[in-house]
Amino acid sequence: MRIESAAAYDELRRRAREEAAAHRQEILVCCGTGCLANGSMRVAEAFSKELQARGLTAEVGTFTKRTGCHGFCQRGPLVVIQPAGVLYTQVKPKDVPEICEKTVAGGTVIPRLLYKNPADKKRVEHYAEVPFYANQTRVAMRNIGKIDPTDITDAVAHDAWAGLVKAMLEMTPEQVIGEIERSGLRGRGGAGFVTARKWRACRNAEGERKFVVCNGDEGDPGAFKDRSIMEGDPHSVLEGIVIGAWAVGAHEGYIYVRDEYPLAVVNLTVAIEQARARGFLGKNILGTGFDFDVTISRGGGAFVCGESSALMRSLEGKVGEPRQKYVHATDKGLFDRPTVLNNVETWADVGAILLHGADWFAGMGTEKSKGAKAFSLVGKVKNTGLIELPMGMTLRDIVYGIGGGIIDDRPFKAVQTGGPSGGCVPEALLDLPVDYERLTEAGSMMGSGGMIVMDDRTCMVDVARYFLSFLIEESCGKCVPCREGLKQMLVIYDDLVAGRGKPGDIERIETLAAGMQLGSLCELGKSAPNPVLSTLRYFRSEYEAHIFARACPAGMCRDLTAYEIVPELCNGCHLCFKACPADAITGETKKVHTIHQEKCISCGACYDVCPTAGAVRFFPKNGAREREAV
Amino acid sequence: MNGRTCVDTAPLDEILTRYPASEAALIQVLQDVHRAYHYLPCDVLVKVAEALEVPLAKVFSVGTFYKAFSLVPQGRTIVRVCTGTACHIRGADRLIEEFERELKIKPGETTADMGFTVKTVNCVGACAMAPVVIVGETYHGGAEPAKVAKYIAEKEADHEN
Repeated sequence: MRIESAAAYDELRRRAREEAAAHRQEILVCCGTGCLANGSMRVAEAFSKELQARGLTAEVGTFTKRTGCHGFCQRGPLVVIQPAGVLYTQVKPKDVPEICEKTVAGGTVIPRLLYKNPADKKRVEHYAEVPFYANQTRVAMRNIGKIDPTDITDAVAHDAWAGLVKAMLEMTPEQVIGEIERSGLRGRGGAGFVTARKWRACRNAEGERKFVVCNGDEGDPGAFKDRSIMEGDPHSVLEGIVIGAWAVGAHEGYIYVRDEYPLAVVNLTVAIEQARARGFLGKNILGTGFDFDVTISRGGGAFVCGESSALMRSLEGKVGEPRQKYVHATDKGLFDRPTVLNNVETWADVGAILLHGADWFAGMGTEKSKGAKAFSLVGKVKNTGLIELPMGMTLRDIVYGIGGGIIDDRPFKAVQTGGPSGGCVPEALLDLPVDYERLTEAGSMMGSGGMIVMDDRTCMVDVARYFLSFLIEESCGKCVPCREGLKQMLVIYDDLVAGRGKPGDIERIETLAAGMQLGSLCELGKSAPNPVLSTLRYFRSEYEAHIFARACPAGMCRDLTAYEIVPELCNGCHLCFKACPADAITGETKKVHTIHQEKCISCGACYDVCPTAGAVRFFPKNGAREREAV
Repeated sequence: MNGRTCVDTAPLDEILTRYPASEAALIQVLQDVHRAYHYLPCDVLVKVAEALEVPLAKVFSVGTFYKAFSLVPQGRTIVRVCTGTACHIRGADRLIEEFERELKIKPGETTADMGFTVKTVNCVGACAMAPVVIVGETYHGGAEPAKVAKYIAEKEADHEN
């Protein structure tokens, strides 16, 4: 049935909710990429089979639903049983009969499958009480984990497309843009450009043919929020795009999805077909006479295509090279027509803003950064996964509150945000409220929401070198400062990590960085020195240790680090023997083990597996071989 | 380039029917070609250039620019070791070394029997389970160097079936 009036939409939603309410219990099995990798599809199938075998489907109206990413990927596969709200983590198919018997039919919980809070070692029964979830506010991710992404009826029961109905049937395009402006929404792709300003410029641009584009080329290593949104709630993205298209007067749209995200393409394709059938997309949307349709374009696997002008060249079938920004995309973008390009998360926010109002959105966040923002919290933190928080939460609350602290309670060193364009924020700034301005002041940036937590075993020189080698591969090569600047910087960094650093190297790096910031064509090159400069700003002593002491304080640079076992502390557990990839360790169970330096490749595997504090230690290889751990 | 064709062009002919003959379709066509042939054979690229009326040089420039494309044949199974930031700081380099030892090839190379190609990829977006290795279509989260031999053996069993 096509929806052509607000009343028809309300009726559809009412019926969808009734249908959902008929299921007295719902078993939500997370089927995001993370949980799928841990075998959640087999868990979902086991539930369907088990319920049928027990006749539970008919008897109590129990129902298995495959949802998008719940966010808590590390603990996957995740299963939530509603309405009780019980969360089970790391569920295996063999646990399914017991869950059906005790929890679904019996109404009791199975303690062993509950999440154990690492802070107080207590089991947590309910989804909402797990600290990882309790401190979140979800806007763009409002329906992820609740709905079956391949079922538009289920999405409508959770208010999907209600924002479009309100916008198109009750408001004018100007009013829609005004509402987005008042909400304070800024680009979620990282640069934080005011969304309404883009929309208005495009609406006022001359020409009949206009485009809207969704940037789903999430290339920042360590970020996966856009993937999860496209996979888990493709309707929120599509709804935002249609609202935007209507507001600016575009009839054609593109969603550019990274080649590495196959499930996102599948779920978006299904959602597009279902939205067309309901009259939310395609010809004569909501019976208003407005036509708009969208095409999915799979990216070619080039990081630079996340840059808006390069992305548009790629959509045109060309090599993804950026161009000068004195011509605005809102005047001459895709195929030289006025174009609005927004990030996946920005589009996903739009529908919620229209539905709940600008004041609701602007009520969250800080002075200049409104609303909530999605992040992927990863690295050396206990709880890794996808989170969405009001702007302005402090890094400390994120890392220690939601993240539960550092793995093995090691010392915190830094949080890397903003991907290769961002920087590392040190411990001294842990109380920094996270918003666009504060992160930029700290020498980093919001970027696409990757937050990579680093502990004392992360070498900051190596981190900067890592981003350089990443960017060298991804620089399109069009402009000299970026192409050659990165190359020459990497030469210096290769020397630093190999113990060939010279006095003056730090200054040479800074000169190169300044040149790249000034002279590069696009943001990729201009921001490329950020990881370098931020590590120099906060961790200069580590650079100096590499140059002057030929030592890596984190013990990660292999050419500078040697390992040994302290005989007095070794209890002969044999774990290091098993972990060593170079067969450099000898020793029998329950006897003292030895590392043979001539064979050792300094990978540190022994250090990481050793359960006894201090039994494996590292020291500078080329120093005076002082028997002092650095 | 003398009109002689070495590979079967039937899959290409079918692919070309899916898209309009314009430059804008070039990347999509090459992606489908890559999926069908597991690489971009030179003679197929010549035909693509003719069909879409795009200069051959442009087809090559696109074919070499994007990482999704390879101009040399790929192994039956692609092993992708994620080297995103989260995987990097959780030891992706040790995994790469282990694959080098097990398969005797470096990243970007293919085994002599055309069984495996090992690649590094800058983040597959499964950072919460770092480090991640993808063997064919199978994601291995929390991958360990000690299990690399097992990941390969599982896939080799598939090859034999």
